[in-house]
Amino acid sequence: MKALTLILGREIRLALRQIGDSAIIVLFFVLAAVLFPFGVGPEPNMLARMAPGGVWVTALLAAMLSFERLFTPDYEDGSLEQLALGPAPLEMVALAKAAAHWLTTGLPLMIAAPLIAVLYRLPDAGYGALLITMALGTPTISLIGTIGAALTLGSRRGGVLLSLLVIPLIVPVLIFGTAAIDAAIGGFPVRQHLMLMGGFLLGALVLTPLATAAALCQALE
Amino acid sequence: MVKSRQLGQVAVTMRFFGENLSCIRGERLVFSELDFAIEPGAALVLTGSNGSGKTSLLRVMAGLTRPSAGQLGWQDGPITDDPETHHSRLHYVGHLDALKPVLSVRENLATWSHLHGGPDKKITSALKKLRLEGFENIPGRYLSAGQRRRLSLARLVASDAPLWLLDEPTIALDAPSVDAVRSLIAEHRRNGGMAVIATNVDLGIADTSELNLLDFAAANEDIWEGVT
Repeated sequence: MKALTLILGREIRLALRQIGDSAIIVLFFVLAAVLFPFGVGPEPNMLARMAPGGVWVTALLAAMLSFERLFTPDYEDGSLEQLALGPAPLEMVALAKAAAHWLTTGLPLMIAAPLIAVLYRLPDAGYGALLITMALGTPTISLIGTIGAALTLGSRRGGVLLSLLVIPLIVPVLIFGTAAIDAAIGGFPVRQHLMLMGGFLLGALVLTPLATAAALCQALE
Repeated sequence: MVKSRQLGQVAVTMRFFGENLSCIRGERLVFSELDFAIEPGAALVLTGSNGSGKTSLLRVMAGLTRPSAGQLGWQDGPITDDPETHHSRLHYVGHLDALKPVLSVRENLATWSHLHGGPDKKITSALKKLRLEGFENIPGRYLSAGQRRRLSLARLVASDAPLWLLDEPTIALDAPSVDAVRSLIAEHRRNGGMAVIATNVDLGIADTSELNLLDFAAANEDIWEGVT
């Protein structure tokens, strides 16, 4: 547990020193989201209709950009070896990395999401659901992203491969995330969507550190 | 003082050994049927030409690479039972410095030292021993190759571990720093520590046993014959 907080502290310190890396992800999120109205036209009803999907899809794409930086610098400079040789099991390292990724990428995306939603004229009833689905979905994405990042370590063109590996796994988050917001806007119950998303998060919390640790072990050999 | 007493107590039963080790990298059998054993206060020097498997053996010893055959043991038990415990009793200084350009010298060292449970005051003394005092607050990206190496070596003394695995520890170091490393290893051994050092240069360390990896190089031509 002490190792978890130490690694988390290190990651956050590194992220703060290289704040540009996180800022670029959020900037990409905003830019990609802003492009949609140019493409589909500024008609308010149309934008409101596509708001939940637009926000979620662009958030996922932005997150996708950040995964490559998750383990690669540590792998290249030998830090990953030292983390593996630390007293904490690799599963713990994987969990700490995912937590740090969420704090430095998922959380900023979550904060930016309502602002993007304003641009899309998301109906008022949708904001609560948007925030809750983001809160449940972004940690799941961070966790699943660690698997992809660990699996593609050391491979050339890892970024594309990473997207191919990760995107199918996070499709359920996208489906239920947007469905919950749509349900909230339409006045339907959102509970079951949120419970499913909570289930994904809990499942990812337990399973992804195991998979990531196995992949990291493989990368270090 | 505390360190030497603690290490001294366990020294009676401590022994690190490998039996019948083989390592395959890519499709090449790097070494095979390799045995070694090392006891408190001893130093094992790995020699052999480039590519003979010194680094591979060190990584096997550290538990980073699994041996293709054979096993490693600590005291009388195999280390595969509990890799985390094995990791907590060793320091591995490899070719990569594990140094972050955006963190200061002190922060870089503190990261690894704290992870291994080292106290803060040891960080200061470790920096002093590796002649890095005065550089504490300099970001890692401004360090020279030799200074990076020294910071990497400072991990050895910033937290206690009975087993040191060093891969070409004196590369890029100036003469006074080589002396400093030599005396660190000597002090470590006096306190009952063990050291395994892979090197191609004579470090001038007294009373070592030598393991030449070329003696365990396998006849590579044969191993994949019949495997298609």
